[in-house]
Amino acid sequence: MKMANKTLQKTEPDNALGPRRGHRGQRLVCIFLLGVVLFNFPVLAVFNVGATLFGIPVLFAYLFLAWAALILFMYLAIERFR
Amino acid sequence: MLKGWVIVFASFAYIGFLFAIAYYADRRADQGRSLISTPYVYALSLGVYATAWTFYGSVGRAASDGVGFLPIYIGPTLMMMLWWFVVRKMIRISKINRITSLADFVASRYGKSALLGGLVTVIAVVGILPYISLQLKAISTSFQILLQYPEIVMPQKIGAVSIVNDTAFYIAIFLALFTIAFGTRQLDVAERHEGMVAAIAFESLVKLIAFVAVGTFVTFGMFNGPGDIFGQAMARPELAALATPFGAAAGNYVSWIWLTILSMLAIVFLPRQFQIAVIENVDEKHLNKAVWLFPLYMFAINLFVLPIAFGGLLHFQGGNVNADTFVLTLPMSQRQEWLALLVFIGGLSAATGMVIVETIALSTMVCNDLVMPPLLRFTRARFMPHEALSNLLLDIRRAAIMAILMLGYFYYLLAGEAYALVSIGLISFAAVAQFAPTVIGGLYWRNATRAGALAGLSLGFLIWGYTLMMPAFVQSGWASIALIEQGPFGIELLKPLQLFGLKGLDQTTHAMIWSMLGNVGAFVLVSLLSRQSASERIQATLFVDVLSQTGERTGFWRGTASAASLQTLLGRFLGPLRAAELFDGYARANGAASADELDADARLVHFAEIQLAGAIGASSARAMVSSVVDEEPLRVDEVMAIIDEASQAIAHNQELEEKRAELEAATTELRNANERLQELDRLKDDFISTVTHELRTPLTSIRAFSEILHDNPTLDVDERSRFLGILVKESERLTRLINQVLDLAKLESGAAEWQNVTLDLREIIDDASNTVSQLFKARDVQLEINLPSESVMVVADRDRLMQVMLNLLSNSVKFCDAGHGQVVVSLTLQPGSVQINVCDNGIGIAKEDQELIFEKFRQVGNSLTEKPPGTGLGLAICRQIVGHFGGRLWVVSERSRGATFSFSLPIKTMVAERC
Repeated sequence: MKMANKTLQKTEPDNALGPRRGHRGQRLVCIFLLGVVLFNFPVLAVFNVGATLFGIPVLFAYLFLAWAALILFMYLAIERFR
Repeated sequence: MLKGWVIVFASFAYIGFLFAIAYYADRRADQGRSLISTPYVYALSLGVYATAWTFYGSVGRAASDGVGFLPIYIGPTLMMMLWWFVVRKMIRISKINRITSLADFVASRYGKSALLGGLVTVIAVVGILPYISLQLKAISTSFQILLQYPEIVMPQKIGAVSIVNDTAFYIAIFLALFTIAFGTRQLDVAERHEGMVAAIAFESLVKLIAFVAVGTFVTFGMFNGPGDIFGQAMARPELAALATPFGAAAGNYVSWIWLTILSMLAIVFLPRQFQIAVIENVDEKHLNKAVWLFPLYMFAINLFVLPIAFGGLLHFQGGNVNADTFVLTLPMSQRQEWLALLVFIGGLSAATGMVIVETIALSTMVCNDLVMPPLLRFTRARFMPHEALSNLLLDIRRAAIMAILMLGYFYYLLAGEAYALVSIGLISFAAVAQFAPTVIGGLYWRNATRAGALAGLSLGFLIWGYTLMMPAFVQSGWASIALIEQGPFGIELLKPLQLFGLKGLDQTTHAMIWSMLGNVGAFVLVSLLSRQSASERIQATLFVDVLSQTGERTGFWRGTASAASLQTLLGRFLGPLRAAELFDGYARANGAASADELDADARLVHFAEIQLAGAIGASSARAMVSSVVDEEPLRVDEVMAIIDEASQAIAHNQELEEKRAELEAATTELRNANERLQELDRLKDDFISTVTHELRTPLTSIRAFSEILHDNPTLDVDERSRFLGILVKESERLTRLINQVLDLAKLESGAAEWQNVTLDLREIIDDASNTVSQLFKARDVQLEINLPSESVMVVADRDRLMQVMLNLLSNSVKFCDAGHGQVVVSLTLQPGSVQINVCDNGIGIAKEDQELIFEKFRQVGNSLTEKPPGTGLGLAICRQIVGHFGGRLWVVSERSRGATFSFSLPIKTMVAERC
């Protein structure tokens, strides 16, 4: 087992972006997929209604809130879980 | 009152300030204290994505279909997460190969193909023209509107005035001169422009501030917050419809989705984005922060788009004011001249930023991938001295910048009127999206071929031209509208906007679907059907595996060259000084004293070619290097062999590593065995010396007493019989000792005879305790026996088992105090085995001695002063015997708390008993 570990480490590509690169990559892909769902049919259709939220049409409010949330997640994935 | 000269003066002052920033950043870079080496500047410079399209056009788009402007920014937000994989790889490749543009990247990937580089350049230039015309349109429109302040008058139709009186024409000329001054001051070897990046980052800040200022003014100055704007808008049915732009049918989402995909591709493949993100990248690590900072920038600059759009719609009722100008006309309508001027400067920032970076990127492409390859091949340009060559390169770029802006202006004249800003920009987005299959395929698919890339790009570009570019001209009145309405030659299936009868989609989506289908299809199909040449194979491997490569790969060259001729060649393009510097640096890094001593081996040739590629592009560099060296072409199978070798070398390495580890393990084992052998040898010696010592003690006393008897015949009878008694006892001890040594030797060598029978353990224990009962009585030690009522059958040699029991019992009585000693024998049943415990309350055994007592001749205690009775072989023999029966013998004890000797034996099962 020890041998195997050693070889694995050696063949791994050089790691310019810090440790646990793999995890960060996976997190980003997850957020990407979340974004694909949030900004797509049918989720958009749910908010495509005439109601308003604090006077702002829900679709507008939803899009900007979801966008902000996505950026927050990206920030966390990059900066927090090092 | 805003006079024309105020606007012009403000514009020039602003641009002069940009120059100052660029100059300062360049100077800092020369001093090695880069101004742009921070992720914040990197992220801000990526903001060059936000052009006049964003600044003026988004509001126009929002005014016509609500959230339709958003996919252009949500797409890049999503793409940023994949950027982390794709763009990182591109940066790595570009740094290693000194790639200077997108065309160079593609050419380099597909075997340094000049043809492919040229095709990419043509597509990029033609595709970007609408985008540049958009900037011209935005600046000239905003300028003309601002000039009329405080009146709000829409500018005249394009082409209504002659070119000589056309603002846009002068703006184009001005922008060209500005970019030339900005980007082609010197021939930068690395094609990096620190000053430009710093200025672009600053422009990103300016346009953001300007837009947020207008947004705040409209939302909170003209109205009472967003709730007020939307509240008023929702009260009017024609505006309320914009809040639910998707309607009821699912099909309406298609164009939203395609716009998202389109902008995802644009953020990577727009020449200016490639330039900023990949070529101008200082440090790969800056990507990390940019991943969230750049989306945050886009979020901020879009936050007020909807309020401004609805505010404009509410304020300018009647539709006399073009929604694309709301950003400017709203503050003008409130007599906010300084805010209006700030907006104009912000728009200028957005447009100039785009034009500068885009045309610099395009001019590099045109120079390196379109003009240089034939120039170097067919003219004597390659023999020019450095000064002349360098000037030639700069002149080509300057001419290219001017030509691109003029072409942009003519596009604006021909097709600028019919479309809104966003629609013009989307034509360009769709053009650069054509690069996606070739580049992404090239990054991850090793077998993508040059022919496949050529086929895919060509077909995609043709379909794009037919379905997007041509209709734009037609709709501007430059060809019969019948071409669109009835199709060419009246063929319905070929109608450019409803190709093959595909209806119900917007123009961009329609064009994207067909062009991508053709592009990807041709790329994949032709790649599968064609074969890679040797150099393609090499480049494909270098690109696809870039992240797992550690060193540089240089095995792919064979031939003869001279270091001097390579240096001369480099000198012509980079300057003799720079070339000497590079060669000396290379020599030092490789342990040679000076450049003269260098061997012109494969690595040096590779090094020279890479340096050259930074100046004139990969395909030209290849051509130049092969002109001064005498190379033998490699065949595909040879390349395959080298690549295989390389991957085999890795595999071999791993194998070697494993073998080495195995060997190491074997060595350790051997060393252990050797140590064990030496230990055994020592033990044997010890054993023999101990045995002889133990034998000598009784022998000495026998001899001494015999001599006394022999020498003193007159001893009285009592005395004599006492001495004889000692003699007998000592001989018995000697016999016992010899017997035990023999016994142990037999056991250890496996020569002992065993008569295994099935027997009841209880019987043995009873017999043994009967045998030793005298001994117990003599020392006045109590013996208690706890046995189960049913029989416990084991397979064992009766005498041997007896020997063990007797030994343990006599040991226990030996170490008990006479008088109040107590020994308990118990028998406990366990699954599959039985355990016999002999527990005493004697002096006990210290923890550290508990294993020692089972060794031969090891008796606990100071052997000189308090030698315990016994030979010291008993327990060793017992352990051997129990081990032979498949059991275990151990002791649990504490000093002066008694000891419990236990041994276990496997139980004979009922089935086995019957057999």
